[in-house]
Amino acid sequence: MILASTLTTNLAILVLAGFIGFVVISKVPNTLHTPLMSGTNAIHGIVLLGGLLIVGLSGNTAFNKVILVIAIAFGTINVVGGFLVTDRMLEMFKSKPKAGGEKAGEEKKP
Amino acid sequence: MSATPLATSFLQSSSFLDVLYIIAFGLFIQGLRGLSGPTTAVRGNRIAAVGMAIAVIATLLNRNEGNWGLIVLGIALGTAVGVPAARQVKMTAMPQMVALFNGVGGGAVFLISWSEFRLTHGYQGTATYIAIFSLFAAIVGSVSFWGSNIAFGKLQEIIPGRPISLGSAQQIVNLLLLILAVAAGVDIAAGAHSEGIFIGMLICAALLGNAVVFPIGGADMPVVISMLNAFTGLSAAATGIALNNPALIVAGMIVGASGTILTNLMATAMNRSIPAIVAGGFGGGGAVEGASGAGEHAGTVRSTSAADAAIQLAYANRVMIVPGYGMAVAQAQHAVRELTKELEKRGVEVGFAIHPVAGRMPGHMNVLLAEADVPYDQLEEMDEANQEFGRTDVSLVIGANDVTNPAAKNTPSSPIYGMPILEVSNSHSVIVIKRSMNPGFAGIENELYYEPETTMLFGDAKAAVSEITAELAHI
Repeated sequence: MILASTLTTNLAILVLAGFIGFVVISKVPNTLHTPLMSGTNAIHGIVLLGGLLIVGLSGNTAFNKVILVIAIAFGTINVVGGFLVTDRMLEMFKSKPKAGGEKAGEEKKP
Repeated sequence: MSATPLATSFLQSSSFLDVLYIIAFGLFIQGLRGLSGPTTAVRGNRIAAVGMAIAVIATLLNRNEGNWGLIVLGIALGTAVGVPAARQVKMTAMPQMVALFNGVGGGAVFLISWSEFRLTHGYQGTATYIAIFSLFAAIVGSVSFWGSNIAFGKLQEIIPGRPISLGSAQQIVNLLLLILAVAAGVDIAAGAHSEGIFIGMLICAALLGNAVVFPIGGADMPVVISMLNAFTGLSAAATGIALNNPALIVAGMIVGASGTILTNLMATAMNRSIPAIVAGGFGGGGAVEGASGAGEHAGTVRSTSAADAAIQLAYANRVMIVPGYGMAVAQAQHAVRELTKELEKRGVEVGFAIHPVAGRMPGHMNVLLAEADVPYDQLEEMDEANQEFGRTDVSLVIGANDVTNPAAKNTPSSPIYGMPILEVSNSHSVIVIKRSMNPGFAGIENELYYEPETTMLFGDAKAAVSEITAELAHI
């Protein structure tokens, strides 16, 4: 009973998150598709948390620990690399004057 | 337990954890919204990164056990690899970098499932649905890991970019691998505790990942990377259900949804259906025919020199530059910018025609041209550009091939028939900068090169463009 309700709650979260994904992302202009792909790519690096949770449980064998360290390292590469690469790509768009002529936001980061 | 200080127990309470997770979701969503506009995109990405940091810290606070050493080791390893890779990668190599980062994400997913399997001795004492989601994550994560690595290899040109397939047997093999992987998964979910079966399942999924991506030709690669990105997202969401962790479910599912949309947009831009891409890529008959039929063209190819091209460009009123992957490979974007400046000094109106799938990913050309300081308002998207070609004197095609191929409009038997193209042949003359007459990534002969208004300037894109710029100075 309790398990079933956990499952349905999680399924509800899953469905709602899917809708949010569709709504938020369908508005992105073509030109930002590569950075967007890279940014969402960084976000699924959140699987890192799965590694953090399981490595904390008791009963992990040595082999398990090796697998989990690799998993955590992979997840970290995904997150850190993903956000950094996206940032680098986007920096290039930032200081350019836009077609719309809005140039007030000519902010330069150090 | 009673010795636990109050602060720690509050930090470890699950409602505090949930609050932090909810803040993280809010930041993810806000960050992705920010990514929808060029002015807000940098901040959007950073907001999402902050959300990720909060989710990680919240998880660490809530852990019960030790093993901090392993966590530090894993994170340190990941940072040591990921940061320099992301810092040093050239803008031109961005697509394969995204493929690689996506791959390791998939790798993490299947390794986590594997450790979960081992820890529970084959999902003993867990609900069946947990086993099902964990097994789903393992299969999809493994497909994504191997598929992304092959995509990386192809784009990096470690593996030939041309389609490599088993021909008509390919689909049967793919289907067989899928059935085997699913059957092994069902067997485990139904109560088999053998780790051999689990590893067999992982191997089938790994082979499937290879088998799906190997036959795909380069032009379809962006679609595949996007699809694998969505896959990794979905597998992360499945891991979230298996571990009862809402952060994984929300973030994974948002990526799954966005990746699906992107995949569709890209496939639509190329007039391709996703099942057709997965089933055979541009490969198969069309490409082979095109390659062997290279000599069949009755038309002749006229080549030109940089000096002639410079004269043509200098006396044009309007020039449209059509960049493609060749510009990316040659790192020619700065040279192109120099040429543009030189032409503008002479009063030539210069525009850039950007095909949605030029290069290897949507927006690839935009990123490169932005790096070279080409102003946004000079970039024209396909529909806009196609209206302009009629009043364009010279179209300068720099390393773009398939996206300009008139066969997509005129030859129903062509594998790319129906794909929207940049109609460069509507302009008065066309100069194509290309290394050789080899067909493009899709392996299809380009009729454009045989048309009377077309001249070819053979050479490396960067060298050729610089040469034209130098010649312009003499005019």
